[in-house]
Amino acid sequence: MNYQLNWSILWSGQTGGWLLNGLLTTLEISSLAWLLALTLGNVAGALRTAPIPPFRWLASAYVEFFRNVPLLVWMFFWYFGMPPLLPQALQDWLLDHGAEFWAGVCALGVYHGARFSEVIRSGIQSIPKTQFEAAHSTGLTVWQTYRLIIVPIALRLIIPPATNETLNLIKNSSVALTIGVAELTFQTRQIETYTAKAFEALAAGTVVYLVLCLAISTLMAVVERRVAIPGMIAQGNASEF
Amino acid sequence: MDFQVIFNNFRFLILQGFFGFGTFAGGTLRLALPAIVLGFILGTFIGLARLARSRWIHWPARIYVEFFRGVPLVMVIFWFWFIIPALTGKSLPEYAVALTAFVIFEAAYLAEIVRAGIQSVPRGQIEAATATGLSRAQLMRHVVLPQALRNMIPALVTQFIVLLKDTSLASIIGYVDLTKAAQIVNNREIRPFELYLFIALIYWLCSYSMSRYTRRWENRLSPSPS
Repeated sequence: MNYQLNWSILWSGQTGGWLLNGLLTTLEISSLAWLLALTLGNVAGALRTAPIPPFRWLASAYVEFFRNVPLLVWMFFWYFGMPPLLPQALQDWLLDHGAEFWAGVCALGVYHGARFSEVIRSGIQSIPKTQFEAAHSTGLTVWQTYRLIIVPIALRLIIPPATNETLNLIKNSSVALTIGVAELTFQTRQIETYTAKAFEALAAGTVVYLVLCLAISTLMAVVERRVAIPGMIAQGNASEF
Repeated sequence: MDFQVIFNNFRFLILQGFFGFGTFAGGTLRLALPAIVLGFILGTFIGLARLARSRWIHWPARIYVEFFRGVPLVMVIFWFWFIIPALTGKSLPEYAVALTAFVIFEAAYLAEIVRAGIQSVPRGQIEAATATGLSRAQLMRHVVLPQALRNMIPALVTQFIVLLKDTSLASIIGYVDLTKAAQIVNNREIRPFELYLFIALIYWLCSYSMSRYTRRWENRLSPSPS
């Protein structure tokens, strides 16, 4: 092994700026896709618990179709397969405004929306039936029951799995490099190509991902502890044997 | 729209891309099946290590798991793609690189499944086994692991579904799996909508049928929650 480590390539020249740009693009595509995923996931998750069968079927079809196909295939589908079917004006607009970025947002958002809906569905379904009954017997309407009892509890219950899904989304945004979105992994590879220093470039990218994931999960753990209802949710002592 | 392209290239897409018979060393299944078996073996050791009493054993295992769960798979594939040649001085074929990356990466997730499976075995079983005079290794092998494995099966199948979908990422380094096969055909035919929809259906068929199977299995194992 005769590989010379040279960490200074990470801050000399343009490479530092590339890394920063990559991180910003990752955050940008992840947050837009996250909003899309949360919207789709909420609608689909709620519809899957709805008492009207056609709504349930529609939501199930969306969830089962999108989450059972690799994200990479969705990336290609939205980037290469979809635009030719769009109206010409929209195609031109996309070409001028970073088509790969918007295809990436769609692919990530629609794919993770299907996964989010499962989190939301299981959150709603894990609330004991007695909560509904108790709320009903105190004279609350269905709307009030949802607004005052069910949703506040469900939101607390889904914090850990929703955090997990958010982290998955951020990590999965790296797949967007295949369609040319200049996010963090893409920039890491660019640094590697320009400097021929694979180890340093990859290490830098890896550390940024690790710090990002760690920061979010630490923050959410604090939030979870803050909002926990005593006695309702088991408070983090799962790991003892 | 013209789905003729699918029929014309059906053999290449399925035999070469999905199963791996053909001129290229490729195939989605040829990567996914060894990866899950080897990953499970490595994952069992790491999962057991996480439960070990000595902190010199459980801390490294914990760091391993947390590290690989915090890094995107694409990054891990690139690590092995660049680092193996740098360390050994010779480049390995895509298949070996992809398989190594998947085994190491999936082992972190499988270790958590193994750990959860072992922890799901009731304490009374362990106490009873200890009381009959079994050593800790015997207890693991004869009492805990057989029961844990049964509890793990749904989670293992789910992880295999994830792995099967993740193998599409091996196409980034040029491994000819189903996704890469579709790309190759698309370069010649320029029919992206039809081709990517077709491979989406193939992936969907595999994943969905397996997930239906696990749901049935879970329903049979656990008494229905109130």
